[in-house]
Amino acid sequence: MLKINNLHASVEDKNILKGINLEVKPGEVHAIMGPNGSGKSTLASVIAGKEEYEVQEGEILLENENIDDLAAEERAHKGVFLSFQYPVEIPGVSVTNFMKTAINETRKAKGLEEMPANEMLKLIREKSELLEIDRKFLSRSLNEGFSGGEKKRNEIFQMAMLEPKLAILDETDSGLDIDALRIVANGVNKLKSKDNAVIVITHYQRLLDYIVPDYVHVLYNGRIVKSGGKELAHELEEKGYDWIKEEINA
Amino acid sequence: MDLKEKLVSSFMAFENQIDIDSPVHDVRSEAIKTFEQEGFPTKKQEAWKYTSLKSIINQDYSVFPKQENALEYRDIKKYFIHDIDSYKIVFIDGKYSSHLSQTTHEGFDVCLMSAALNKPKYRLVIENYFNKAATKDSLSSLNTAFASEGAFIHIKKNKLVEKPIQILHFSSGDESALMLQPRNLVVVDENAHVQIIERHQSLTDNPVLTNSVTEIFANKRAIIDYYKVQNDRETASLIDNTFISQKQESHCSVHTFSFGGKLTRNNLNFFQNGERIDSTLKGVTIIGNKQHVDHNTLVHHIEPNCESHQDYKGIFGDNATGVFNGRVIVNKEAQKTNAFQSNNNILISDKASINTKPQLEIFADDVKCSHGCTIGQLDESAMFYMRSRGIPEKEAKALLMYAFSNNVLSSVKIPEIKQRITKIIANKLGVNIGFDL
Repeated sequence: MLKINNLHASVEDKNILKGINLEVKPGEVHAIMGPNGSGKSTLASVIAGKEEYEVQEGEILLENENIDDLAAEERAHKGVFLSFQYPVEIPGVSVTNFMKTAINETRKAKGLEEMPANEMLKLIREKSELLEIDRKFLSRSLNEGFSGGEKKRNEIFQMAMLEPKLAILDETDSGLDIDALRIVANGVNKLKSKDNAVIVITHYQRLLDYIVPDYVHVLYNGRIVKSGGKELAHELEEKGYDWIKEEINA
Repeated sequence: MDLKEKLVSSFMAFENQIDIDSPVHDVRSEAIKTFEQEGFPTKKQEAWKYTSLKSIINQDYSVFPKQENALEYRDIKKYFIHDIDSYKIVFIDGKYSSHLSQTTHEGFDVCLMSAALNKPKYRLVIENYFNKAATKDSLSSLNTAFASEGAFIHIKKNKLVEKPIQILHFSSGDESALMLQPRNLVVVDENAHVQIIERHQSLTDNPVLTNSVTEIFANKRAIIDYYKVQNDRETASLIDNTFISQKQESHCSVHTFSFGGKLTRNNLNFFQNGERIDSTLKGVTIIGNKQHVDHNTLVHHIEPNCESHQDYKGIFGDNATGVFNGRVIVNKEAQKTNAFQSNNNILISDKASINTKPQLEIFADDVKCSHGCTIGQLDESAMFYMRSRGIPEKEAKALLMYAFSNNVLSSVKIPEIKQRITKIIANKLGVNIGFDL
């Protein structure tokens, strides 16, 4: 599904990613953990195609196709989805209208007709129930005045609507109370299949109790310095990141 | 002969054409003197610092409209809000077009300025209202001197006019260059309600200069909603002078949608002559190329307990230039005034520019007055967010700009106008967004 080879990326001449290698196969869940400032969010943004980041070396392959030169929307059309750590407020555009536009633009890019209005409504109803989202919520301006939990639920709602092949959840657990966390994780788990993959970026192990990873990677100083199974997350939760830093520096 | 000389020397001939005994004869004579003394405004004047009329007054305009020019409705239908029932007052090259219009005298008057100026039964209204709200600046005076045709609307007490009134000024292109000076008078009596849509449209690329004056009187508890649609060709210029005099508890709103034209100057003036008055001034400007739009607003709070709300949004591309000058005066007696003003702009090209200036003159001490202006680019993080959801760059930009103008559109009370404006915006931005905001 996703193969990252020796990826180096920088923003404003500052090197952030310094040689990432990662392979994610269909049906897998990968967790990327690491201390603040290690490059986790940068990795997510680079995969999603944020233009401020410059890839200096290496490549990102999605289903064996190099996506380095593709615009963010083209990557989205190919099935990449990024759940934002800080979803952007867009006053004046309702959640519903935003989703309609996103879905129909994606369909257009694939040469499909626009989705009929009744089908769209049905889909919205079905997916909003999955995330326990109130109908009234859907006519509000996108993310404007949403609580932290509402924003994150809305991100996963969008994921549910777009049905991506590769979903990257960037700190989706931050700002969530336990109920919201459960709803969000439940949503992600229901959307999981043998054909899609999920990368969970998180600082804490808490979310991984609900979205159970097949692999856990530790990102430190722009590199993946340790990989393991789900038990690695527990170890990090108990011991923190210092022992890893020491291991590297030794 | 330059345009000023041409106009001044045409005045005698003009007055002779019409009734010299007209009650407004003295007003006209006075007005042409003012114009002769002051001439066209120049950039040396503070209020015209950022708008130069030089390039538009150097044309050899025909200043007297000829006879009625026939246009077929089907050819100009698209300029009307045609999907609703409405009264229509239509002019072609400054002359009234009876076969395109739908006027009325049943219970209220929706008719012609020429009728109001000439028929004895309107004499009292003309005496009471004509040129009573317009200021005596040079351009308004120029219009007053040649005032002969336009819309005359008089809504009687307690009358709720259900159908909106459309005022349309077409220029056919028969003249190689044409100057028009429509004069509109709107009088709304106590507790009456009316909605008006005004549009100026040139049908060819021959230069057109319109110097329009509209006087609006809102008597006690009257409600007036006025919509100006400015989406003309890039060879047409408009100087719109609008004066609104409000009495107690009246509510007036003016929405100005400026999407096209070579040079557009909106002099919009509100005078609050009474208590508990509400005045709303809103505008969306979206222009590109070398177009220029200047909003010059004045709200004069004269009495206590009144409100005013100003909200102007502008999006400027290419080499387009914009000006917003919002003046608010609060008299010493006008305690408990609430005056709000906001002007937000987005520049989508490095060569576009906007000059924005709030001008508050407050002489009362117990008031709430706020103003704010912003100039920015499109929010990059919002762009990435939308693109990461599969919305292409162009559509994402359009969606952001829609959203940006949405505040102003949300207070439009006629759904068909809102739809029309949304369509024009989509057209301007070159996209087809599959929904209306």
